[in-house]
Amino acid sequence: MEPLGGVSPDGGRPAAVAPSAPWAIELRGISKAFGPVQANRDISIRIARGSIHGIVGENGAGKSTLMSILYGFYRADAGEILIGGRPVQIPDSQAAIRAGIGMVFQHFKLVPNFTVLENVILGAEDGALLRPSLTRARAVLADLAREYDLDVDPNAVVENLSVGHQQRVEILKALFRRADILILDEPTGVLTPDEADHLFRILRGLRDQGKTIVLITHKLREIMEITDHVSVMRRGQMVATVPTPETSPEQLAELMVGRKVLLHVDKGPAAPGRTVLQVENLALTDAQGVQRLRGINLHVRAGEILGIAGVAGNGQSELLDVLGGYARATGRVTVNGVEIDLTGRTGDGRSRRAQGIAHVPEDRQVRGLILDFAAWENVGFGYHHAPEYQKNALFMDNDALRADCAAKMARFDIRPPIPALAARNFSGGNQQKIIVAREIERNPDLLLVGQPTRGVDIGAIEFIHKQIIALRDAGKAILLVSVELDEILSLSDRIAVMFDGRIMGERLPSETNERDLGLLMAGMAG
Amino acid sequence: MERMPKWADVALVPLMSLMLAFAISALVIAAIGENPWAAIRTMVTGALGSTYGWGYTLYYTTNFLFTGLAVSVAFHAGLFNIGGEGQAALGGLGVALCCLFIPWPHWSLALIAATLSGAAFGAAWAALPAWLQARRGSHIVITTIMFNFIGASLLNYLLVNVLKPQGSMDPATARFAPEVRLPGLHEVLAVAGIPFSKATPVNVTLLVGLAACVAVWALIWRTRLGYEIRAFGKSEKAAVYAGIRPVRITMVAMLISGGLAGMMAINNVMGEAERLVMNSVEGAGFIGIAVALMGRGHPFGVLLAALLFGFLYQGGAELALFTSIPRELIVVIQALVILFTGALDDLVRRPVAALFRLTRKETR
Amino acid sequence: MDFATLIQILDSTLRLATPLLLACLAGLYSERAGVFDIGLEGKMLAAAFLSGAVAFVSGSVWLGVLAGIGASLALSAVHGLASITFRGNQLISGVAINFLASGLTVLVGQNWFELGGRTPALTEGRFQPITLPLAETLAPVPVLGPIYSDLISGHSALVYLALALVPASWWLLNRTRFGLRLRAVGENPAAVDTAGVSVVGIRFAAVAICGVLCGLAGAYLATALSAGFVKEMTAGRGYIALAALIFAKWRPFAAMGACLLFGLLEAVANRFQNIDLGVVVLPVQFMQALPYILTVVILAGFVGKAIPPRAGGEPYVKER
Repeated sequence: MEPLGGVSPDGGRPAAVAPSAPWAIELRGISKAFGPVQANRDISIRIARGSIHGIVGENGAGKSTLMSILYGFYRADAGEILIGGRPVQIPDSQAAIRAGIGMVFQHFKLVPNFTVLENVILGAEDGALLRPSLTRARAVLADLAREYDLDVDPNAVVENLSVGHQQRVEILKALFRRADILILDEPTGVLTPDEADHLFRILRGLRDQGKTIVLITHKLREIMEITDHVSVMRRGQMVATVPTPETSPEQLAELMVGRKVLLHVDKGPAAPGRTVLQVENLALTDAQGVQRLRGINLHVRAGEILGIAGVAGNGQSELLDVLGGYARATGRVTVNGVEIDLTGRTGDGRSRRAQGIAHVPEDRQVRGLILDFAAWENVGFGYHHAPEYQKNALFMDNDALRADCAAKMARFDIRPPIPALAARNFSGGNQQKIIVAREIERNPDLLLVGQPTRGVDIGAIEFIHKQIIALRDAGKAILLVSVELDEILSLSDRIAVMFDGRIMGERLPSETNERDLGLLMAGMAG
Repeated sequence: MERMPKWADVALVPLMSLMLAFAISALVIAAIGENPWAAIRTMVTGALGSTYGWGYTLYYTTNFLFTGLAVSVAFHAGLFNIGGEGQAALGGLGVALCCLFIPWPHWSLALIAATLSGAAFGAAWAALPAWLQARRGSHIVITTIMFNFIGASLLNYLLVNVLKPQGSMDPATARFAPEVRLPGLHEVLAVAGIPFSKATPVNVTLLVGLAACVAVWALIWRTRLGYEIRAFGKSEKAAVYAGIRPVRITMVAMLISGGLAGMMAINNVMGEAERLVMNSVEGAGFIGIAVALMGRGHPFGVLLAALLFGFLYQGGAELALFTSIPRELIVVIQALVILFTGALDDLVRRPVAALFRLTRKETR
Repeated sequence: MDFATLIQILDSTLRLATPLLLACLAGLYSERAGVFDIGLEGKMLAAAFLSGAVAFVSGSVWLGVLAGIGASLALSAVHGLASITFRGNQLISGVAINFLASGLTVLVGQNWFELGGRTPALTEGRFQPITLPLAETLAPVPVLGPIYSDLISGHSALVYLALALVPASWWLLNRTRFGLRLRAVGENPAAVDTAGVSVVGIRFAAVAICGVLCGLAGAYLATALSAGFVKEMTAGRGYIALAALIFAKWRPFAAMGACLLFGLLEAVANRFQNIDLGVVVLPVQFMQALPYILTVVILAGFVGKAIPPRAGGEPYVKER
């Protein structure tokens, strides 16, 4: 494995392109709006043939929209696309494929119960009968496997393949269609470090054969490791394009966020008290038989924030699910010394709340809110049995809910302050504030927080961070899960790193850095 | 970012869908060589022009109230209960058994017992599909359809082989005792001195139906259970996060739904026929789907929609009597209402939403 | 039960299974493409009516079949419009189509023929039995003779067509480009879309095939199984076909097996009223309900789980 965060051995090699050669991709003045939201604003960029070009930016910066325009999923409101120097129209995916563009989506577009071969030929069949296409595809796949280290069993059914292999099928699909340009959207988000390594080897091989690779990511480490050039997007605009060797992660981070990254949130030292949460030997195997948690041991004390760092998909979500009461597991978990039920027989979201556990869930739109409910109804969500929301034994007190909602909106500066407005109509940051207000104001002994600032604007991020720290200072225990290392480093009093369902190690924020944590997150050392 | 005002969503769009359904029905009438305007006049006079007409209209309305509420409650939980027909049929069995084999001293006691019994039988018929959905993931639409047929076969067997009085050729139970005969609406209104036709089947069950509307409204919008049902219906994942148990809500919502459908039997079996006959539900279970869609799942909307379909049913019968248009016209209208308010909702909604966006831009 | 009775029952099994099989294959195409269809019943009914009416007026059974297919296709178009174009609820659309057919057939039938919704009985314009080669010659041969001449020979063209459609459908689904894309659209439409193939196009094609097959099923009812259309003549066959489709787990050959089984149940119920098993007497109503009961058992997953196509019932909305 190459050193993390540094410049890889061949990363500094300038792309083998003659100055006069036309660009593989040139975008001129691309703009795209969704209703009032300007997702892309006057974007111009040139990508050299035979290079790996990274595009970085925060969530919601407009990277995926831009690539979707390139792949014919959306039509730009304005602007021009040139492929190989020629202007092209890309009204649909068919046109993109004809122009030699292949795309590997973050969520794979594979038919799960088809074989690899069937997936590869789908939409690119030679004729009305399948047999000739399958025969040809088998030969092409064998060639590609030899050439690029892209070996996948052509007869395997896709749903039985590992995520890494499924991703290779996506790459094979594009290459089978003779793609010269390959766009990958957050390709390593779901990969193990080994798989990511393998992917990078494949990508370098493709580049060396003259293919153009566009890599969309928000992981600076990957950018530094593999790309030749990097472009930075911020709030729908392209703010810079630089050769990778001439930049640094710090500079890129600053460009992404638009100011010096706030690595330190104002907070005093923690004053940890008694142990509130004690987790012993927690294990969970999912419905597919994959072991998601492999014996987790941790504790959180009153008045401290334990941050769980890790690449998404290493068991953090499952840990929150179990503690929140909606996944079954084995092991022993106590809260304030009382054991909680992990079998699902008596334990559920309701009993957890009764035990003093509040939860800001990872996915606020899927879990945390009922988007069609009014804000005031969401304020009682999960606490709708609470006595202050009841009129009598039979009926709920909707007026009390409305009043509580209006009060929370004032205290948490939720805009617009209209309790009757459906949750769907609030911005991401305000939706998150509704949830944070609801959970924090229950004054829980233990707060579970998952990705508290994902897709939240910067103003709201600071506010939410302050609320979390205030709760800690009030002597409560907080378990914070985030894939954003900045957030983990700036909020946590202790940091535990998860990898492949295990805790790889614990660090104090003052005694660690991104590089050290990165090694643990990759499953190294411990 | 509201796409359209609430009143447009709950009133304008359904009304326009309804107009569309009626317009096409008028075309159908014209196509078979009848005058749509004359047909509407016949229907209005026949269904609303006399207390006799009103009596039948309200009788049908009562049936549709129960089945419409049944479908609505399930809709709120995100479940499509297509089995109202079978649940109402089984409810009929519950009502019949209760009225046949217990010597009631007074109709009021019999009504209470028959209501409970009909609801229990209807709920029981919904219980297995509900359990299969909750525990085994079997699609409730398919299982409730299957249970409609199984229920029809079961009742067929019971009526032919078990409940038919000896010597009778008619596959039906014996007539209920006169003590359990429910007072007609004319008797209720006579107390207040309002004259009303005595020759119609409308009876006190109408009042039970109206009470059921209020009860369902309170249940859905005022109780914790209703809150949980609605939350579950919108998002199962979020419901689980909030500590709402999917199996419990699926079961409870379907039992209430089946129970409401079963309660319809006090109207048609106890109030009208006074015995259980073959195919006593006559499609009212399916009309409940149209009523619930039309009424947007809200009891007040259901009441209006049930009234509309009651009017259509009585008006349709009058049409068949005085013109060459058969009763099946109503089935066509019902189909069009389901189509436009249910499946083709977007056909009306998209242009209306676009119109509102346009006017909003102009006023800015 | 003697051998002749057995042959008779099997013969009527085949006749009764044919409309089920045609409708079941119809549903198979639609549902494998991800469009649920509980409107099979209505499409069959409309087809039965129009084929009966046109066959009577024209005297030509084939014109009747074409008309039946046309009626069914028209309803398919409504279903496609609602569930594909306007992304409406496929189940509700199916329910509406069933009622539409139920009402319109009587309404129009009464208007045209004034027979209370029936069409006049067909004397000509019916399917005639096809006698297979050598059937008469071989009839005297013991056992095999009656099997060939009475059971296999002597059915209408649609019976043989339905049987031929089973391997044909298997081949189309599993061995051709169209079949690959159709199955893909039912499992993960996004995969088809990103591969540059129109999801809407494939789904409409599947819904149209469904319409054609339902048309054949309905035409068979009015012009082969019976002599003319009667009110509600499908009598739940569309739902039994749906049940058979689930029973068969959405596979063509298994669909044939399920339809033959359900056809047999119907034939037995028609022939015997109550079946005395010695220990217990099975009432005829039980036999009638058996297809539905079996389907519920299969759906419950106690005897092998029936997993529908993954994208079934969901309108396709493009997203990244």
